Amino acid sequence: MGTVPTKIASGAKAPIDFDQSMAGRKPRSIKTGPRAYLTRRYRLSASHRLHSDVFTEEENRAVYGKCNNPHGHGHNYAVEVTLSGPVDAETGMVCDLGKLDEFARTHLLERFDGRNMNALDEFDHAVPTTENFTHEVYRIFQEFAGARVVRIRIEETGNNSFEYGEELGRG
Amino acid sequence: MIFLTRKAEFSSAHYYWNEAWTKQENERVFGRCANKNGHGHNYTLEVAVAGEVDPVSGFVVDLKELKEILEREVVSVYDHRHLNLEVPEFAAGTGMVPTTENIAIAIWRRLEGKIPGAKLHRVRVYEMADLFADYYGER
Repeated sequence: MGTVPTKIASGAKAPIDFDQSMAGRKPRSIKTGPRAYLTRRYRLSASHRLHSDVFTEEENRAVYGKCNNPHGHGHNYAVEVTLSGPVDAETGMVCDLGKLDEFARTHLLERFDGRNMNALDEFDHAVPTTENFTHEVYRIFQEFAGARVVRIRIEETGNNSFEYGEELGRG
Repeated sequence: MIFLTRKAEFSSAHYYWNEAWTKQENERVFGRCANKNGHGHNYTLEVAVAGEVDPVSGFVVDLKELKEILEREVVSVYDHRHLNLEVPEFAAGTGMVPTTENIAIAIWRRLEGKIPGAKLHRVRVYEMADLFADYYGER
């Protein structure tokens, strides 16, 4: 916990358009209030197949079970993005929610929603488990310029969820 | 140390407005939330407290008492009220815009020191199922 993965899945990365994401932004007030955390929840659906080239076919079946089905399967994922920062004294906000939603649409939903994860560059060299997906989403949101993204939580199903990031509320 | 979370709900109206700004600035920054007729939400409040378990009662805090404190300090003040017009911490002149972040901070301030035997750990306020703010008392 606490350390940022420099690179989890290799492959081509979509360029982050900072100029675009900063366009029209009001300069941040120097008057700031206490530190708070804001969490936004996004939903996306994608398919995957858990299979590692390191294992034999038999080993893959033993390790991944039904998740190794060659035809793949899918989930409705819920992705929670937690931002941390001082509450701006003028707006009462940690960050501009519209900018976060715009970033999430471009860099999360358009990249993963309705896709087969095994076919994406992000998972060229990594098995698209939700652990690896959580690391990848954390890495993606480190590029968000509006506030610091400190934690990612992903529900794969109602029964399985995964979290990565800092422990909250420690100053 | 054990953590206990109690939930409560309230429904309130609010709007976002910074009195130091022009109407145009308010509308540019806050968009539809700057409509002075207000709009509303069903808020869900989650209050987490931390403490040691009493060896006799087996409680970290008396839940009935915690429920009453939340009712008295928060729900009776916020529920079916207009936050900007009827709740003192968000009144004109305070400079406190009733955003989800500021509501979490205000509720922390209302509850701090009022829960016997346990330490206030976290105030979480859901404005909607897909948006919530947490406050841990950090400055």
